[in-house]
Amino acid sequence: MTKSVLQADNISVKFGGLIAVDDVSFDIPTGGVVSLIGPNGAGKTTFFNVLTGLYKPTSGTVTFDDKNITAKPPHKIAQAGVARTFQNIRLFGLMTAEENVMVAMHSHLKSGIISTILGTKKQRTEERESKKTARELLEFVGIGNSADQFARNLSYGDQRRLEVARALALKPKVLLLDEPTAGMNPQESKTFVDFVYRVRDEKDVSILLIEHDMSVVMKVSERITVLDRGQKIAEGTPAEIKSNKRVIEAYLGKSAESGK
Amino acid sequence: MKKPSIKFNKTSKGKKEINKGFDQSKWIRGFTIAAVAIWIFYAFIVDLLPYVVSDFFQKWLPATTVNESLVWVICALGLNIVVGYAGLLDLGFVAFWAIGGYCAGWFMSDFFHQVNIHIGSMAPAEQPGIHLSFWGVLFIGALICAAFGVIIGAPTLRLKSDYLALVTLGFGEIIPQIFYNGENIGGFNLSNGSKGISPVDNIGLFGKKLGPFDLDWKYLIFVSLAALMVFISLRIRGGRLGRAWLAIREDELAASMMGVPLMRSKLAAYAVGAFSGGIGGVAFATHVNGVFADRFSFAISIILLAMVVLGGMGNVWGVIVGALSIAWVNSTGLPAFGETVNSALGTNINFPSYNFLLFGGILIFMMLYKREGLLPESRLKQILHEADDSTSNIGGH
Repeated sequence: MTKSVLQADNISVKFGGLIAVDDVSFDIPTGGVVSLIGPNGAGKTTFFNVLTGLYKPTSGTVTFDDKNITAKPPHKIAQAGVARTFQNIRLFGLMTAEENVMVAMHSHLKSGIISTILGTKKQRTEERESKKTARELLEFVGIGNSADQFARNLSYGDQRRLEVARALALKPKVLLLDEPTAGMNPQESKTFVDFVYRVRDEKDVSILLIEHDMSVVMKVSERITVLDRGQKIAEGTPAEIKSNKRVIEAYLGKSAESGK
Repeated sequence: MKKPSIKFNKTSKGKKEINKGFDQSKWIRGFTIAAVAIWIFYAFIVDLLPYVVSDFFQKWLPATTVNESLVWVICALGLNIVVGYAGLLDLGFVAFWAIGGYCAGWFMSDFFHQVNIHIGSMAPAEQPGIHLSFWGVLFIGALICAAFGVIIGAPTLRLKSDYLALVTLGFGEIIPQIFYNGENIGGFNLSNGSKGISPVDNIGLFGKKLGPFDLDWKYLIFVSLAALMVFISLRIRGGRLGRAWLAIREDELAASMMGVPLMRSKLAAYAVGAFSGGIGGVAFATHVNGVFADRFSFAISIILLAMVVLGGMGNVWGVIVGALSIAWVNSTGLPAFGETVNSALGTNINFPSYNFLLFGGILIFMMLYKREGLLPESRLKQILHEADDSTSNIGGH
C-alpha cells in the first residue's frame, strides 16, 4: 500500500441524535486523486468538514503528515497544508482576484504590524514577491487577465478557478475539492478532468473530490469511496464501484425483496 | 507630517494599478495642503482681518472647534479600523477615549501628589505628582489602550457580531462608570470621581510651553496625530494584516479555511483601533485641560459610529469628512445657527438640544438613500448598490 498523506480513522460525527458520519475510515494516498461519492445527505460534506477542522468528530482521529490534527482549529490545519474549495463558492467577493489569492498566503508571509507601518525593505520585497506568486497562480488556473477584477464580478467558471488558485496559495499537500464541477457545462467538466491532473502533477498535491457528476468521477478518480447514510459502503477502482451491488442499491434504491 | 505623506506616495502608486478606484495620493496632497492652509490662516491671517470677518470666524469656526474636531477625527479613524476594516461592530469606543484621557490625568498632573516624578515635562520640578512629557504620555496612553483592547477582545471576540456589539456596549458603560465612581477603590483614589483631574500639564514643544490658549501650535500637533493615524491606517490596510481584515469582513469562515487566524487578526484590529482611541484621549485631555468623568458618555460611542457611517466605512478620507462635519455641527454649527435664527426671528428655541434629532434624521436619511456614506470605499459602494437590484450575485457570498 502506498503511504497515505492524510488518514482518518473511525470517524463518527453525531448531531444530537442524528449520526451524520458513522465510523468511517478513509485515507488519501500520497500523489493520488481519490473521490468521495454518495447520495444526497450521505455525510460527504460533513466528513469534509471534519478533515478541515470545521467540525470536531464525536470520535475518531485525523492524521495528516504523521501528525494528529483532529482537534486543531481550521486555520492551523490550513497552515499545515490541507486546502479546500467550497461547494457553494466562498470567495472574498469585494476583493480582487489577486487579493483573494494573497489572503491565502497569510501564513507564509512574515511581516508584522510595525514593519508594515514602517514599510521596511523586507516587507516591501515580501509584498512584491507574494504579488508575483499570486499572478503566477492566476495564470496557472487560466485567469491571469482577471487579476484586478473583484471576485464577485468574475464568471462562474472563473470563480471556481479562482477558488483553486486561492487554495493552492496555501502551498498545500492535500487539496479537497467540494463538488468542483457543480454548475459547469459538459464541455467545462471535460476540461476539468485534465485540469485536476495538471494541478496534481505540477503542484505536487494529493487530491480528494466530492463529486456528483458520475462521468467526471469515473474519469478522474484512481479510487472511489462511497458513503451512504453516514456509512462507508464501498471502496475501490471506478470499475469495481460501477459493478458494486450495494452502490447501485444506494443510488437507485433496494429491490423489493431485500427492502426494509 | 509631510514626510509620511511623501513616503506613502510610493506605495500608493503601486496600489493604483490594482484599480482600487480611489486616488490616494490626490487625497494625501489635498489633506496636507488643507492642513497647512488652515494653520497659516488661524496662526497669522485671522488677526489681520477686519473685525467683521474675524468675528464671523469666531462665531462659526473658532480655532478651538477645529482642534476639538481633530480629536474626533483621530478617534473616528481608530473606530474605522475596527468597524470599517475588520467589520466588527463596536458600540463602546468611548472606553478607550476615557482610558487615554485618564492616562493624561495620571501622568501629566499633580494628581498623584504622594510622589514626585518628572521626566521631560514642562512642569516646575518642585511640583508633586507624576509629570511625564506629553509625547511620552501619548505613547503610554496609546499602548495602555491597545492592551485594554486585547484584554476586552480576548474573551468577547469569539462572539458573533450582534452579541459582540452588546458586550462592547457594556464595556463602554463600565469603564466610564469606574472612573466616575473611582475616588475610593479600597482606599485608593483612582480617578478623583466626578471632580475629575484638572489641570493637566502644558505640552512641551521644542522647549516651548503650550498653554491652554496656544491653539495654533496645538492644532499642528493634533493635525499631525490625525495624519499619523491616516498613515497607519493606509499602510496596514495595504499589507498582509489589512487583507486578512477585509477577508474576515467578507467571509469569516472562508478566511479561517485559508489559514487566517481569526482571533489574532481581530485582536490586532481591536488593538490598533484602541491605540488610536488612546491618542485621541490624551490629546483631548490637553485640549480641555483636564479629564472629567461625566464627559465620557455613551453618546460619544454613537457619535463616533455615526461619523464612520456618514463618511463612508473603510475609507479614511470619508471618515475624516464625516468626523469633521459632525463634530462641527455638534459643537459650533448648531449653536451658531440657533443663535442666528433666534436673533433674527426673536424666538427662543434651544437649538443645540435638538442635535440628536438632527443626527438621527441624518442617519435615517443616509440609510435610506446613501447607505455607503458620503465618500465610500469603492468596494462597499458596489455591494450596497448591487443589493438593490440583486441580480449580479451569482454564487458569490
